[in-house]
Amino acid sequence: MKHDQYSDRYIRRLLTTHKTFAFVGASPKKIRPSYFAMKYLQDKGFRVIPVNPGHSGKEILGETVYASLADIAEAVDVVDIFRNSEAALEIAKEAIEIGAKVVWMQLGVRNDDAARLAEEAGLEVVMNRCPKIEYGRLSGEIGWAGVNSRTISSRRPMLASKGIQHRVIRGD
Amino acid sequence: MTEPPYPAFNTLAIHAGAQPDPATGARATPIYQTSSYVFDDVEHAASLFALEAFGNVYTRITNPTQAVLEERVAALEDGTAALATASGHAAQSIVFHTLLEPGDHFLAGRQLYGGSVNQFNHAFKKFDWHVIWADATKPESFEAALNDKVKAIFIESLANPGGVVVDIEAIAKIAKKAGVPLIVDNTLATPYLCRPKEHGANIIVHSLTKFLGGQGNSLGGIIVDCGTFDWLASGKYPTLSEPCPSYNGIRMAETFGDFSFSIACRMLGLRDLGPCISPFNAFLILNGIETLPLRMQRHCDNALSVAEWLDSHDKVDWVSYAGLKGNAYNKLAGKYLPRGAGSVFTFGLKGGYDSGVALVSNVNLFSHLANIGDTRSLIIHPASTTHSQLTSDERKAAGAGDDVVRLSIGIEDKDDIIADLEQALEQA
Repeated sequence: MKHDQYSDRYIRRLLTTHKTFAFVGASPKKIRPSYFAMKYLQDKGFRVIPVNPGHSGKEILGETVYASLADIAEAVDVVDIFRNSEAALEIAKEAIEIGAKVVWMQLGVRNDDAARLAEEAGLEVVMNRCPKIEYGRLSGEIGWAGVNSRTISSRRPMLASKGIQHRVIRGD
Repeated sequence: MTEPPYPAFNTLAIHAGAQPDPATGARATPIYQTSSYVFDDVEHAASLFALEAFGNVYTRITNPTQAVLEERVAALEDGTAALATASGHAAQSIVFHTLLEPGDHFLAGRQLYGGSVNQFNHAFKKFDWHVIWADATKPESFEAALNDKVKAIFIESLANPGGVVVDIEAIAKIAKKAGVPLIVDNTLATPYLCRPKEHGANIIVHSLTKFLGGQGNSLGGIIVDCGTFDWLASGKYPTLSEPCPSYNGIRMAETFGDFSFSIACRMLGLRDLGPCISPFNAFLILNGIETLPLRMQRHCDNALSVAEWLDSHDKVDWVSYAGLKGNAYNKLAGKYLPRGAGSVFTFGLKGGYDSGVALVSNVNLFSHLANIGDTRSLIIHPASTTHSQLTSDERKAAGAGDDVVRLSIGIEDKDDIIADLEQALEQA
């Protein structure tokens, strides 16, 4: 598939069918984008498992940090890459090894060789996108900050069961 | 299943940003007339203050009615995000507060709305921000005026009131080469006539009070982030690139990517300077925008008819409307404003000052006042009003000579507009 842009339908399906993310390159620093994204996805009911060899054994947002994807004992749906584009090829290989369903590269990360390899192994791929921004966009939450969601809808937004200022993505 | 294409302009003018209200099902966007919003719990509050979650805290920073307006205008300008403010002047204050440090310079085309000229010349000087004037009709004058303290370039797409159509692409090239953002005031054109981002603008500002709201009832301004400038490429924009002490040390450009300028304007500029838009004004302007494409086309069609009629009137010396064949800006208007050259223009009376006074005193449909971009047709004689404190020579230099009359053509029937001018000109 082409990776310059994705349909809303494609992203919406990925974010409504998969529940467990592994964040490769997760940071314990509260001001890093990976920390922001992890906290937000947890809040939306996703399980997020941090992977970072420099912090293995420690905890980020209540989750144990693993040194590598292979060390994670449970099933991982989405491997989200918070590393530079060059590192994505090796991580994609590991994602295939552990049976992940999706390789997701963060905003600014793109590696077409890694994408081809993952797609040949039957995985789905997203590059140069942030799952927090995509979730906020498709649920309408991002519009609260004046951000252009590039979507329109005449249907009522779906509220999350908890709290008032929380929306969820409507599945197809 | 095929996904429908991204909606076109008329559809966006009605739908972008607005879904039925999740709490009540209300289809029109409700007026959320509240100062503040309850937190779900302490943790939710902390997340909002740390910018970790999207959400509303206090109407000086975000408001749900205002947010619909912001997303609507961002979509119409094809920007990544927008920030609405109390007025167009407030929008400009926040843009420069985000871009400049004390001692910095910026370039501006001198063919600008007089209020902007005052703001840049006088108010900004107190912040130690310095405007350097260039000539918007001569793009090369911007290149000549550059120095290493210049952090931005500011122009109007269609300059008020002289009918100057600015060559945005030529000036955008100079800004890009200099590594500074191009800010375009698109008030007189609106995104229906011109989308400056397509010509290289990085930031767009509007007075919403004019054609976007369109009915002369509400003040408002907006900043659109085009998402096309790299704030980390140089060290020139520390507000965006350096750790932010009031948000735990996050870097705006790193955390918020291609909409970071709008977030910095909101979470620092608007938060700390305070000129937020009223939710009620946001609601009225939002309703105006739904009919922008229809109104703007009628404004332009009427303006062209009136300009052509004036051009052949024997008491009229000259007409400065870029839509007229033979006008100096007609070619640029064909490129940048293919649907019409707007509805604000000036003309000169052979009878000079006294004729101008007689004309504005005898109109009956036109309103004699200092605004533009209303459904109603408006008229002003600058020499006897807005520019009356200046000497005759100063007025001439400002394009507000004794003979000059400014019109903002409304969307009434064009024959009625012309008939009113005809009877008033008989007495001028």
